[in-house]
Amino acid sequence: MSTNPRLRAAFAAIAALTIALVIAACGDDEEDSGDSSSSSTEASSAAIEENPDNSGISLTIGSKNFTEQIVLGEIYAQALEAAGYDISTDLSLGSEQIALKALEEGEISAYPEYTSTALTSFFEFAPEDVPGDAQAAFEETEDDFADLGLVAYPPTPFSSANAVGLLTETADELGITSISDLSDHQDLALYGSPECRQRIDCLAGLEQYYGLDGLRENFTPVDIGTRYEVLDKGDADLSILFTTDAQLFTSDEYTTLEDDMSVLPAGNIIFVASQEAADEAGADFQETIESVQENLSLEVMQELNARVDVDRENPADAAAEYLSEFGYIE
Amino acid sequence: MSVPVAGLLDSFTGSFDFIFDSREAVGGGLQVGGLEQVLELLWTQVWISALALAVAAAIALPVGIYLGHRGSGELLAVAIGNAGRAVPELALIAIMIAFVGVGVLNVTIALMVLGIPPILTNSFVGMRQVDRGTVEAARGMGMTTFEVIRKVELPLAVPTIMGGVRTGATNIVATATIAPLAGVLTLGDFILNRNVYGPDGVLAGAILVALLALAVELTLAAAQRLLTPRGIELEREQARATT
Repeated sequence: MSTNPRLRAAFAAIAALTIALVIAACGDDEEDSGDSSSSSTEASSAAIEENPDNSGISLTIGSKNFTEQIVLGEIYAQALEAAGYDISTDLSLGSEQIALKALEEGEISAYPEYTSTALTSFFEFAPEDVPGDAQAAFEETEDDFADLGLVAYPPTPFSSANAVGLLTETADELGITSISDLSDHQDLALYGSPECRQRIDCLAGLEQYYGLDGLRENFTPVDIGTRYEVLDKGDADLSILFTTDAQLFTSDEYTTLEDDMSVLPAGNIIFVASQEAADEAGADFQETIESVQENLSLEVMQELNARVDVDRENPADAAAEYLSEFGYIE
Repeated sequence: MSVPVAGLLDSFTGSFDFIFDSREAVGGGLQVGGLEQVLELLWTQVWISALALAVAAAIALPVGIYLGHRGSGELLAVAIGNAGRAVPELALIAIMIAFVGVGVLNVTIALMVLGIPPILTNSFVGMRQVDRGTVEAARGMGMTTFEVIRKVELPLAVPTIMGGVRTGATNIVATATIAPLAGVLTLGDFILNRNVYGPDGVLAGAILVALLALAVELTLAAAQRLLTPRGIELEREQARATT
């Protein structure tokens, strides 16, 4: 499709004049919810010690906009605050592309990312090339992030992956157990995040590797927070879930399909910071991060997700409980 | 001064390219933009808005016209009008996800709530402001209640009623931009998902929504003029001539 470029330029100029005014009038409202839950330290092996040298070093901790990420963002933020840093947070950054941009542009100092997401979305890895070993995957991302002027810290014990989920009832009815089984059911309505459309560990991968070309037609992008509600309400037959979701363990209501071609790789969390922030923050930064994530096993992460998604606890409170339960703060 | 203007022009050129030619998404994996997708999303925005407007009109017009004719229920018409304007659409869509789920029903209800207030208030006021003497004269000629409404009050109230429909339609079509939050893909998809469409897509979406709202406004303004009885126009011209 091509059109007269001069006509286009004219259109552009007119639109620029009229709409620039409107855009200029719209400020961006950013929400900063600095948490004031720092506390003094106690003699415990894991306890975070407040270092007065760190006060005056301002860091902004970011996260993407779903439960697990927000809880992780809170854990890192509260731990660093306990170590004496001046912390503010921006825990609703949307998808990975937005979070990376915010980090590169210095709007945030650091945020938690999954190794698998980093490799497939940022560094153009094919899903089958993502190392299954957490340490190997971390080393791959570390080098690639370094090229972007970013520092990646070692991974968490737990890992998470995307999964194609559905009501157990539907799975039994259709007699499907793996993603390959969907080839005869491509008219099913699939719901996922807006960025799922372009992600290789999501819809794009289901098309490319499983050959499920029919799914896109019935794909509906929705807010990631509604991934269980769309199944409950009957809007979606299939929904993209996370393997660390509390709902998958607290009930038998939902089933995930086996990823028999390994297109949806699991990834551990790595905390990624800008080189500038890492340099400024000094040695306590890395020490605090590595220490505070030591106890984030799969069970613990699921439990934290459950407290927020099932028990409706505030993510900041769930994070604070984690820190005190494992003796990081009093 | 010249540099920022050039930059602005660049981004507009980029967004127009986005409208006319498809390109790879920010994260790769698919082609986005281009006339085909633009028209598809535009069409969804138009029909979902038309649907919401039709439902809003079907509810608000009869009630407003009836109350205006009777000259009572002013409190009701005004209260609903004002309360309706204060409903936050985003919150409404979010709350309704819990009750009706995502999809067309959710968005239609949310947009309908936006359309009812101006239509209700204007049809009430339009009927109410018809000259009482004219209505009495019509009754004196032996017209039934229905005839009075249909032949006298309604034609005289049409300009005001259409004003309400016009406001409602513009509000609805502009707000339908947030429909993707409930899974209905309108032009807002470009604006809400910068991570897929990039900055050019965001700006392209904004331009298209602005043009669409403008087009709806102008079309309905023309319709309003067409529906205005000749008598009222003559009256207005006379009023203008004598002052």
